[in-house]
Amino acid sequence: MPITRDDVRRSALLARLSLTPAEEERFTADLSHILDAFTTLQALPTEDVEVMRPLDSELAPLRDDVVTNPPAADALLAGAPDLHGRLFHVPKIIE
Amino acid sequence: MTPLIDSTLQAAAAGVRSGAHSARELVDAALARIDAVDARLGAMLTVDAEGARAAADAIDRRQAAGEPLGPLAGVPIGVKDNICTRGLRTTAASRLLERFVPAYDATVVARLRAADAVVLGKTNLDEFGMGSSNENSGFHPTRNPWDTSRVPGGSSGGSGAAVAAGECWGALGTDTGGSIRLPASFCGVVGVKPTYGRVSRFGVIAYASSLDQVGVLARTVDDAALLLACIAGHDPLDATTSTRPVPAYVPGHGADLRGLRLGLPREYFVDGMQAEVDTAVRRAVAELEHLGARVQSVSLPHTPYAIATYYLVATAEASSNLARYDGVRYGERVADAGDGVLEMYQRSRAAGFGPEVKRRIMLGTYALSAGYYDAYYLKAQRARALIARDFEAAFAACDALVTAVAPTTAFPLGARTADPLTMYLSDVLTTSVNLAGLPAVVVPCGFDNAGLPIGLQLIGRRFDEATLLRIAAVHEAASGMRGRRPPL
Repeated sequence: MPITRDDVRRSALLARLSLTPAEEERFTADLSHILDAFTTLQALPTEDVEVMRPLDSELAPLRDDVVTNPPAADALLAGAPDLHGRLFHVPKIIE
Repeated sequence: MTPLIDSTLQAAAAGVRSGAHSARELVDAALARIDAVDARLGAMLTVDAEGARAAADAIDRRQAAGEPLGPLAGVPIGVKDNICTRGLRTTAASRLLERFVPAYDATVVARLRAADAVVLGKTNLDEFGMGSSNENSGFHPTRNPWDTSRVPGGSSGGSGAAVAAGECWGALGTDTGGSIRLPASFCGVVGVKPTYGRVSRFGVIAYASSLDQVGVLARTVDDAALLLACIAGHDPLDATTSTRPVPAYVPGHGADLRGLRLGLPREYFVDGMQAEVDTAVRRAVAELEHLGARVQSVSLPHTPYAIATYYLVATAEASSNLARYDGVRYGERVADAGDGVLEMYQRSRAAGFGPEVKRRIMLGTYALSAGYYDAYYLKAQRARALIARDFEAAFAACDALVTAVAPTTAFPLGARTADPLTMYLSDVLTTSVNLAGLPAVVVPCGFDNAGLPIGLQLIGRRFDEATLLRIAAVHEAASGMRGRRPPL
C-alpha cells in the first residue's frame, strides 16, 4: 500500500513536526520505499507467536517508595529556553 | 620507550599508580594528540581540557599522598555525547541540544570517575544514535583514521575514531542496532556490546529503550574487559539492569579453546559480501579451530527479517522517546514560535532535528498510528520473538557464534546517503543481537586490499560476556592484530 502525502501530513501532526513541502514530498517517497522493502515481513507467519517481553522476571525489581535523588531545581531550570522567574514560559494554551 | 599514547590502558593506569608517569602527563599527551589529528577526524564534539587537567591533578595529589587509586587511575576516556556528563555539554550531536548542560552524571560516567578515570571530552555520533556512518551528526561528520575519505561507522563513530587514533585510551559508546560494533570494525579497535540489562542506562539519552545498551571501545581486549568491569552491574536508578553479579572479565591469555563449541550462522555469509571480509572471517575461524575450538554450521532462519523488524521496532520507540523534546524544559526553542503552543512544538522540533531523525520519527509514528499498528509494530514484535528463538536454538548446540560485523569495510563518505535503505542495510549482521538482547564482542581480524580494518563479531549467550572476551583475547594473541594503529 503506497504512502500518500496525506498519510505523511497526518503522521507529522501526530509527531509535532512542521514539514516543508519539499520534506513532505521526500518523506512520502522515503516511507513508501522503506515500507515497500519491509513487506517481506508480512509474509512471515506469526499468528501463534507471543510478543517477546524484553524485561524478564529477573529484571524490574521493586524498591521502597522513598526519594533518592537530591533536589536540583536550580540546575534543571538553568537549561530551560524561556523562564519567568522559576516557571517555564509557554505560549498561551487556553483561550 | 613506547610513547605514552601508544601504551595500553592497563599500562597507562599502572604507571600512574606506581608514579612512573603522572595522570597530568597522560591528559596532556591525549590533548596534544587531539590538537595534532582531530581537525582531520572530527571525532570530538567537546574537549574538556580544563576539567580533565583538574581531575588529573587531583589524582596526582592523591598518588603523591600515598592514597590507593582505582583501576582506571588517571586514564583519559572519551564519552559518547549521548551520555550525560554533569556540567559538561551533552548534545547527542543534535542542534536541538546544542547548549544542553546536564545537571547530573550518567551512572556509567559516575562509575568511570569512581574508578579514577578522567573524562577527556565528548565524542561525535549520528544524531541521537541514528545512523551507521556518523554522517548524521548535526555538527560535522567524523572521518575514519585509516582513510579520511571514508566513514568510521556509526553511530559511535567518534568513539571508534578517537580510540583508533590514540586521542584517548578507551571510550564509552552505545549500541542500539550495531552502533558500537560497526565503528569498532571500521576503525580496527575492540568493541563490546553487553547483554541488555548488564550496564546502566541512567543518564543516557534514549533512542530505542528495548534495544539501547551502553558498552566500550578500546585498543585491546584486556582494556575493553577492564572498562566493562568498571561500568557493569545493577543500578538502582535503572530498573532494567540485572542484579546478577558481575564476573571477573579476565581474558584467557595463552589459554587454548579446547572444548569450546563455535557456531557459524549460514545466513550471516550474505550475498554481496566483500571477498576480503569473507576470507578474513573464515581465516579467523580456522585459527580458532586450530586453537582447539570445535566449529559447526548453524542456522538462524529468521535473519532475513531482522532489518525490517529492527527498523520498525526502533523507530516506533524513537518516535515515543523523542516526544520529550518540546522546547519547554530544556533544548532549543525557535525565536519565532508562531501562534500557540502546538506551533511552538512543531517549529522547534522541525528546526532542531536533522533529516534522518525526522525520517525515523515519521516512520515510527506511522507504524504506531491507528490502522497500521497491527500490520507493522505488532508484526515486528512477533518477528522479534522468532529472531530471539533462533539464537536460543543455536546456543543449545554451541557456546558462541562467529560472524562478520558488516558485509563490507568502511565505505566512502557520501556513498550511502542518497538512499536511506542502503544505509540501513549496513546493519544487516548486527541488529539481530539487539533484538534478542545478547552480548557481542568485536575484535580486529585483518585488513582488506585497501588497508582498511576488518572486524570479527563474537555473539554469546545472555550475560556471557566472559566467554566472548576469552575467545577474543585468544584470537587477538594469535592473529598479531593487537596494537595495529592507523598511519595518521
